[in-house]
Amino acid sequence: MANAPLNWAAIDADPRFKELHSKKTAFLWGLMVFSVIYYFLLPIGAAYFPELYKIKVWGPINVGLLFALSQFIVAWGIAWFYSRRASQFDAMADAIARDAQKIGGKR
Amino acid sequence: MSALKKFLVGGGTAAALLVAAPAFAQAVSKEYTYLTFAVFGAIIAVTMFVTYLAAKRTKTAADFYAASSSISGLQNGWAIAGDYLSAASFLGIAGLISLYGYDGFMYSVGWLVAYITVLLVIAEPCRNIGKYTMGDILAFRNNPKVVKTFMAISTITVSTFYLTAQMVGGGVLVKTLIGIDYEVSVIAVGILMMAYVLFGGMIATTWVQIIKAVLLVTASILMVLLVWGQYGFSLPGYLGEVVKDPKVQAQVARLLGDPAKGMTPAELGQRFLEPGLLFKNPIDQISLGMALVLGTAGLPHILMRFFTVPTAQQARKSVIWAMAIIGGFYVLTLFLGTGAAMKVGADRIRAVDAGGNMAGPLLAQYLGGGADSLLGNLFLAFVAAVAFATIVAVVAGLVLAAASAMSHDIWVGVIKGDNATSEQEVRAARICSVIVGAMAITIGILAKGQNVAHLVALAFAVAASANLPVVLLTLYWKKCNTGGVVAGLVVGTLAAIALVLVSPNMTYPLQVKAAQEKIIKTQTDRIAKLESDIKGISTAIETAKAGNQPLAAGMDEAALAKAKADLAAAGKAKATAETAIANLGGATTSMVGLEKPLFELRNPGLISIPLGFLAVFLGSLFYRDRRAEEMWDELYVRSNTGIGRAAAAAH
Repeated sequence: MANAPLNWAAIDADPRFKELHSKKTAFLWGLMVFSVIYYFLLPIGAAYFPELYKIKVWGPINVGLLFALSQFIVAWGIAWFYSRRASQFDAMADAIARDAQKIGGKR
Repeated sequence: MSALKKFLVGGGTAAALLVAAPAFAQAVSKEYTYLTFAVFGAIIAVTMFVTYLAAKRTKTAADFYAASSSISGLQNGWAIAGDYLSAASFLGIAGLISLYGYDGFMYSVGWLVAYITVLLVIAEPCRNIGKYTMGDILAFRNNPKVVKTFMAISTITVSTFYLTAQMVGGGVLVKTLIGIDYEVSVIAVGILMMAYVLFGGMIATTWVQIIKAVLLVTASILMVLLVWGQYGFSLPGYLGEVVKDPKVQAQVARLLGDPAKGMTPAELGQRFLEPGLLFKNPIDQISLGMALVLGTAGLPHILMRFFTVPTAQQARKSVIWAMAIIGGFYVLTLFLGTGAAMKVGADRIRAVDAGGNMAGPLLAQYLGGGADSLLGNLFLAFVAAVAFATIVAVVAGLVLAAASAMSHDIWVGVIKGDNATSEQEVRAARICSVIVGAMAITIGILAKGQNVAHLVALAFAVAASANLPVVLLTLYWKKCNTGGVVAGLVVGTLAAIALVLVSPNMTYPLQVKAAQEKIIKTQTDRIAKLESDIKGISTAIETAKAGNQPLAAGMDEAALAKAKADLAAAGKAKATAETAIANLGGATTSMVGLEKPLFELRNPGLISIPLGFLAVFLGSLFYRDRRAEEMWDELYVRSNTGIGRAAAAAH
């Protein structure tokens, strides 16, 4: 299979590939933008809103400490969320890969 | 980047401090050094056995560069964590938390968030498109010889910067821990690392990373159980003890200076958990954050790890495991750092290493029973050995990345036009490993005592400004082509290097001189005051003796001894400052001829990353390449479906 020349443009134009592409692009970049914004809020908040970070919530634990800890939870959450969604993408990609010869076999 | 600077400068000044504080000449006391060597020996024996097994399996180029894609996602996740948790993050972050509290913890976050970029946009496409090196990814739809040449140069540049920082930092750390000579420890690290890479290639390097990461995590969990368990695993209860600790409060008061005078001890303690004790410039921090978030995904030795797994799914799984391990480790570091601040205290930590790097090892010693106990020193020896293994493993990964770029991209790809047998390629890769390894040892020894702090910053900045833009746009932008790749690599690399050369990271003799002169002035005043004190006390002693008051005389004698010790310390501090000025040798400008920094950011990312991206865009638009656009469909379909690569791996 690896050696058979495939018509890549035909696969690229296939509606199933187009669907995979648009779903994946929106999902990945959306998640990426969210994670970057969430991360940069931490140093920005520490520099410009230190009073907010100092508010004590639970014993000596303050907002800033909880926000920093939440960064870990959010990062792991993104990883977990992505891995769940990615299995759908995998199934779509596998279906396309199986039919690759059919869609793009003739050249 | 001030934190990293502190890490490495801290290492550099450790040697000077050792003279001032002979009691702490090394972290492991002499009578227990044998323990450290025993633990070191055990770890080296295990890794050498693994290397022996790996060497028997390392026959083809695919074995040497990519462990024949036989590593599982879980194994690779541990190996990535092993590659990433270098001495800077393992010892450095615990140290920063122990000295600066909240800011140190905040600093650790970026190192984990960086992996979201790797997970979402880099790992899987790279696995599907690449083979052994970053150059392979770019060569897919660009002129292979041209892009491989430039990418190899960039890979070697980034790896060398990182390598130098590791070798110098490592040499100083080993010296601080067990007191063996700097040169000896650099050579020992170099020889061990070369043995792993040369004989066992990627298989041995991967397993060394895994072993080291498991040891590191085990040691950390054990320490956290001991330090947190005393407080019944209650988070507010534990942190409550931290803020109540007088050593923590004293450290905060020292950091704050005058503003601390009106604060109650409780306020001082609580201040430890609030931002602003270390980071003063938010723009610099954002710049560092950008370099971490985009640079990690452009580090050759990290990207290379994705070629060692069989499928894109396993690549994804490996990043998720790596994120769990690395993130979990940084959460543990919060306890290690605050625990060291409370149990060991900032004064003792800074006496051994000004940058705080010894916080973790010293906490281990305390938890085992203290400096005079066998168990305490055994625990310290274990942590010290893990630190040593960390340096060796990270350096091995870096050398393999640089050697692969040299042999696979330059020698096979460019010089031989991709016509080399697997045997020839493995031989070339081994020769290149020796060259890079010898280079690492030489640079490590030559750079002794140099300020190499900016080099880690620079490695991340170049990776984020040059490597990441070209890889990302090759994978995701149809119009990207050879012109853009070359422009991006050249502009990104040069911009990052140039901005660091004119930044505050460099040594500015006039500033050093001013700072040292200030020290000399304070110490001179202090010496004058102490001398008059001593005179006063001596008179008081005479009077007391004459008046037959032995008790008062005894008290005065004690005060006299203390004043004399203070006088000696002040004299020493003054002499150190004078030596520092003498060492400048009358120079008035930095390496590039500047009296003061032109560019105020320590990390150039904020400027150099957009420049790198811009260069790829403009270069691609000016160059225009039909082939690159024609190949786009194939690249994009393959990167998303894994067609072709799966078959190649199965064969």
